[in-house]
Amino acid sequence: MEIGGIIAYLVSFAIMAGIYAVFCLGLNIQWGYTGLFNIGIAGFFCIGAYASAMITTPKPTGIYAQYVHQIFGLNLPFIVGIVGAAIICGVIAFLIGIPTLKLGEDYLAIATLGIAEAIRLVFNNEHWLANGPRGLMGLPQPLQGLVDAKDYNYIYLIIIVIIMVVIYLSIERVIRSPWGRVLRGIREDEVSAAMSGKDIFHFKMQSLVFGSMVMGIGGALYAHYTKSISPDVFTPLYGTFIIWVMLMAGGSGNNKGAVLGAYAIWAVWIGTKFMTDFLPYTLKARAPYIRFLLIGILLEIILIYRPQGLLGEEKKVSKLID
Amino acid sequence: MLELTTYGVVLGSIIALGAIGLSMVYGIVRFANFAHGEFMTAGAYIALFMVTGVSSWIGIPDNTFASLSFGWRMVFAFPFSMACVAGIAILFDRILYRKLRAKKSGPVMFAMSSLGASFIIRMVLLIIWGADYRFYRPGLMRPALQLPWGIKIRPDQILILCVVLFLVVALHLFLQNTKMGKAMRATADNAELALITGIDTERIIIWTWGIGGALAAAGGILYGIDVQIHGEMGWNFLIPLFAAAILGSIGNIYGALIGGLTIGIAQQLSTAFMLPTYKLAVAFVIMIVILFIRPQGIFGKE
Repeated sequence: MEIGGIIAYLVSFAIMAGIYAVFCLGLNIQWGYTGLFNIGIAGFFCIGAYASAMITTPKPTGIYAQYVHQIFGLNLPFIVGIVGAAIICGVIAFLIGIPTLKLGEDYLAIATLGIAEAIRLVFNNEHWLANGPRGLMGLPQPLQGLVDAKDYNYIYLIIIVIIMVVIYLSIERVIRSPWGRVLRGIREDEVSAAMSGKDIFHFKMQSLVFGSMVMGIGGALYAHYTKSISPDVFTPLYGTFIIWVMLMAGGSGNNKGAVLGAYAIWAVWIGTKFMTDFLPYTLKARAPYIRFLLIGILLEIILIYRPQGLLGEEKKVSKLID
Repeated sequence: MLELTTYGVVLGSIIALGAIGLSMVYGIVRFANFAHGEFMTAGAYIALFMVTGVSSWIGIPDNTFASLSFGWRMVFAFPFSMACVAGIAILFDRILYRKLRAKKSGPVMFAMSSLGASFIIRMVLLIIWGADYRFYRPGLMRPALQLPWGIKIRPDQILILCVVLFLVVALHLFLQNTKMGKAMRATADNAELALITGIDTERIIIWTWGIGGALAAAGGILYGIDVQIHGEMGWNFLIPLFAAAILGSIGNIYGALIGGLTIGIAQQLSTAFMLPTYKLAVAFVIMIVILFIRPQGIFGKE
């Protein structure tokens, strides 16, 4: 491979890992700072991607409409798609939060897992909604005409990095505010937070909604990168599990850790692909399973031997105190 | 409708086998075991390996009993697979959860570890057997029996109900009459008090995993006999299992049995007016409704 090819490969690597980093930042709000156990990330991934796809594409007309069904198509700019994805995910998170946030932490896990599976089922079976299992194709990309199509990834990488930095800074800002301190108080000891007069349910709800909105943005970024989406992408493996491993590896409760974990685990994931290329032919078809097996074992090792992850939580509460 | 209800009872009794184990683990080891569905899948595949592989090597005849779809090979494979999965469940406890207990990790860490375990088990099964649908005995289904009121039921399904009934009664007698069973109920009721009265909690936990794993394996095999075997089957059972366990109150095995039957019947009845692929969503919706109106389940205390 010549040098240009390697750089192009690295750029696409950085984009995908950057998208995953956005998910990790969203999960970090929920799990890292508040202790909410959301294992339905794939659901928000899916909703975010479809929401932005349908906001930015026109509704199919003429002969095209016979082959592609979608419930609406607004043909609005990319930025509206991102915001719309975030809002819709926030609303869904709110609805899930109502029955589950007052109960034990396991209930939220089971409910989010269920909603993710249900969302995938609905998109797969309801053809009128978003074209069923075939999904949507030809999604627009922001600033598309600016450069040659083959160099477009550079533009998209810049967009991803900008959005990632904005999300990172805003989370850093709010988590160091009194609001963020309440969240961490809830995570450490719910009862004493409640005794200090904090409304646990509302703070948990805000954290769940905020984190899910960030996940919605991640879903939108993914949709406009791959330009085509279908329900089979948003499986528990690619949509939820790997993101959890990333956050646990990087260090939950640390936004730098969330980003680092996303890049590190994505590198491991890509690296195992090169490894499985050396497998004998008969095992090649099973290669993805072998790769996920390794990621699963990695998670168990982290949980037992280094639950704080690579970086661990930053204990600094404010820049004014050491 | 009556026919769908009958099929619902068959599916529900399979769900109940998984839900009882899930509920016991939840009540005694105290975390949501997301790998429980995979115990069912593992049970089904181990039995497949015994029926199609090992049986022919050691020369067990490939017969069928009367109008059932299996014979001596399954009689041999069934308990063997239950024992294997019980062993796997205990092994995972020794390798993973005991270490987390020793570190006094929070319940969420256990749940996450079990989520990892579920992926590990599923991937190992997929690596060995691939993603194709499998059957214990390829070929045509046996003709259904005609019961009164126009209900058609296959002999296999009647046997499934008998096996589930047998296992539940056996579990009931074990919990009511043996020392270990009583100790398990005491631990589920109040773990600290049980510890003070000299009950060895680690032993209780091993027994719980063993029983939970064995019942899940039985459920997986019975589903394989009734429908088919597939690597994703256990994962698809996970939401119905939790729905059944929550409906029947966590830790209550009789509740889990009733919860399982309710979920199974509801799932089958829904196919009368919805796509069968939405069965999973039906279980999920029931679960959400319970969480809204009675989160402690039907047998839970206020």
